[in-house]
Amino acid sequence: MANLTINGKTFTLDVEPDTPLLWAIRENAGLTGTKYGCGIAQCGACTVHIDGVAMRSCGVSVSEAEGKKITTIEGLASGDSLHKVQEAWIAQDVPQCGYCQSGMIMAVAALLNEKPKPTDADIDEAITNICRCGTFAQVREAIHTIASA
Amino acid sequence: MNKHVSPRLNRRAFVIGTAAVGAGLAIGLDIPFGGPAVVRAADGSPEVGAWVVVRPDDTVVIRIARSEMGQGSLTGLAQLVAEELECDWTKVTTEYPTPGQSVARKRVWGDFSTGGSRGIRSSQDYVRKGGATARVMLIQAAADAWKVPASECTAANSVITHTPSGRTTTYGKVAEAAAKLSPPADVKLKDPKDWKLIGKGVKRLDTADKTTGAMIYGIDVKLPGMLNAAIKDCPVFGGKLKSFDEAKVSGMKGVKKVVKVGDTAVAVVADTWWHAKTALEALPIVWDEGDNAKVSSESIAKWLAEGLDDAQPAYVGNKNGDAKAAIAGAAKKIEAVYSYPYQNHATMEPMNATALYTADKCEVWCGTQNGEAAFAAVLEASGLPAEKCDVHKVMLGGGFGRRGQTDYVRQAVMIAKQMPGTPIKLLWSREEDMAHGKYHPITQCKMTGAFDANNNLVALHYRLSGQSILFSLRPEALQNGMDPAAFQGVAQSGEAAFGYSVPNLLIEHAMRNPHVPPGFWRGVNVNHNAIYMECFMDELAEAAGQDPLEFRRKLMGNHPKHLPVLNAVAEKIGWSTPAPQGVYRGIAQVMGYGSYVAGAAEISVTDGSKIKVHRIVASTDPGYVVNPAQVERQIAGSFVYGLSALFYGGCTVKDGKIEQTNFDTYNSMRINEMPKVETVMVPSGGFWGGVGEPTIGVAAPAVLNAYFAATGKRIRSVPLRDQNITFA
Ligand code: FES
Ligand code: FES
Repeated sequence: MANLTINGKTFTLDVEPDTPLLWAIRENAGLTGTKYGCGIAQCGACTVHIDGVAMRSCGVSVSEAEGKKITTIEGLASGDSLHKVQEAWIAQDVPQCGYCQSGMIMAVAALLNEKPKPTDADIDEAITNICRCGTFAQVREAIHTIASA
Repeated sequence: MNKHVSPRLNRRAFVIGTAAVGAGLAIGLDIPFGGPAVVRAADGSPEVGAWVVVRPDDTVVIRIARSEMGQGSLTGLAQLVAEELECDWTKVTTEYPTPGQSVARKRVWGDFSTGGSRGIRSSQDYVRKGGATARVMLIQAAADAWKVPASECTAANSVITHTPSGRTTTYGKVAEAAAKLSPPADVKLKDPKDWKLIGKGVKRLDTADKTTGAMIYGIDVKLPGMLNAAIKDCPVFGGKLKSFDEAKVSGMKGVKKVVKVGDTAVAVVADTWWHAKTALEALPIVWDEGDNAKVSSESIAKWLAEGLDDAQPAYVGNKNGDAKAAIAGAAKKIEAVYSYPYQNHATMEPMNATALYTADKCEVWCGTQNGEAAFAAVLEASGLPAEKCDVHKVMLGGGFGRRGQTDYVRQAVMIAKQMPGTPIKLLWSREEDMAHGKYHPITQCKMTGAFDANNNLVALHYRLSGQSILFSLRPEALQNGMDPAAFQGVAQSGEAAFGYSVPNLLIEHAMRNPHVPPGFWRGVNVNHNAIYMECFMDELAEAAGQDPLEFRRKLMGNHPKHLPVLNAVAEKIGWSTPAPQGVYRGIAQVMGYGSYVAGAAEISVTDGSKIKVHRIVASTDPGYVVNPAQVERQIAGSFVYGLSALFYGGCTVKDGKIEQTNFDTYNSMRINEMPKVETVMVPSGGFWGGVGEPTIGVAAPAVLNAYFAATGKRIRSVPLRDQNITFA
């Protein structure tokens, strides 16, 4: 059993403490917006915020996440109003297949929290998610659009 | 009629764009008072022809048979229908009919296959007619109600106007009546110059849910009582499963069952996938690996190299004059050998499918590029007839050709069949996905070019040795043993025609099929053919002491569609003016999937091994551009995919198995490595070419040719990581 605080809600989940947080989120808490791409912290599809920091949830165990504030893509909007990154993604038509985009958006939201006006170099350093569809140009453009708003 | 009650996905899954709407689409016949049949969608709204459903609130639901996997065809196809329908684009939504429904209605929605950059070009004619047919019926219904000739009425934005009287009505109001009319026998399509929506970069119809986590992919499907399966197939292709020790894992947490899947694989079924995967890793398995366990990349390379020898048999794909004689008598000749490796598709979402098998039905939920092929796989694996099976398509987390195959669908059904009544979601780990791809075929190529005393190219011999995709996947498409697709990009004529005129030409293929299963990988045979030919063109230009662009132009005079596209790229990159200090350029062109494309790159190289790509320019003439915003994204995406393969890709074989296991050993480009792709669209009209694939062909050769310009060194094999060359 583990208690996880996800998107402001407490989930009491029947999981072993060494279960990767990704799978506890997807299978036990039932929040499937967070995606599995590699399971070895390489691709970023599983990125969530843990106490505000972007983390690859496949590489974090449930026991490490207990007692912390976890935000997934489903919890990024506040109520009915989308997060500015989500809005920019829609305005810019960023996603292709979209599978990597939950993780991409979470990584970008964390970057903008830390650096509201990131340079291209900041983006290059912080956004290391894989996108096999190749949406990078739109991702970069959308980030700059938000930053200049 | 194929009317079924499907286990409910959560309600949300039904309202998210198109993704799962098809799962809720049940077609029923409604024959009021013996009148003509009205076919209704699940919500009761009438069909006005098979492609269009109109709701009373004027919402227009457009049926999409091809699959959306990120390439944007769903939006493009809807644009094509809406253009002719003259409906209000802001009220357009889409849904997938299921393959089962299509088969039950004599394939009214045509081909579901979504590969070969065919999504738009192969359906544009009949989907536009579908839209036009519905428009004619809606106008007729309004005219009937007003008792006026239909010829006095026009439609725009879902509003029908009787011009003489100025009366108006809307599609939603006349849809019921329209649905009862017989469709017109023939409809006239608009002249392209009158298009209003086709050619506009309208926003995709499926974006919002991809930003909130609400979009349902195959991996996200949930059914009541569902269990999860993890699978391991014999890592040596062609090997078999000998035995496994179920007792060792049956007590592990969550484990429900360990099952044999066909002759080659074993799966653990558990409450969660994490439990299934953990138990599968602990499961002792004995494989019968067979003779293929002796095969390695080295043994394959040796066998392919033997095929480069003229004494070995080969199929001739394109021929002109007498290349061998011309080479023998030439003033000067050059020769080079290139190679291209296996590549995994590595779709972002690993393969998966969810199956429910009961004694009298079998249903599957999955992302697939070919609904009908998946449907056929369900029939075969379940042993049930067509009317008892169906496939519900959900969004694909990438396809790139991989999801046109149905191995994962078959496996899911084979597992579900052993647990009747329980829905089973089969998910491959990334490691399984890397080990059991349908790989980009492996080839080598020896090219010989010969010049006369004035440095004119008089002969070219292009000898390909290696794997045929059709031999493995569609043997019925071979022509007397020859794989015509092997000549994509260098073919005599057709949708992938060679763009140069050489007086003596011989292009041939020594087919050699190693045991590693090949597949259609974005760009398919254009990938290696364009690298070989376009890099060798540069070598020929160098040998002739000529500028690579000018050298090509001289050979392209009789190729009036190829040449303008190359010129467009040259102009945009500024070929006639010097590149910035320390920056070098490369250029390439090819034809594939009915489109003419070219690309150019500007790069700088540090220490001979660190490449920075500064600029990429790409151009295409696909005949017509339906949605320029999506075409731009497809072109950029094709470069990311192609350059990832060039720099980081390559699957190697050891002991009969693929060595790469995950993104740590099969890397993919990141944002810092990829410049914006500057696209130049030069649609010349009169034909319909594809978009998703063609430009991938020029990505690698443009960069490789720039690398030569920068370093004076030719790179003749892929990936660059094997030569310790990487991004700066
Ligand atoms: S799934 Fe976690 S980084 Fe890839
Ligand atoms: S949008 Fe498909 S992987 Fe990024």
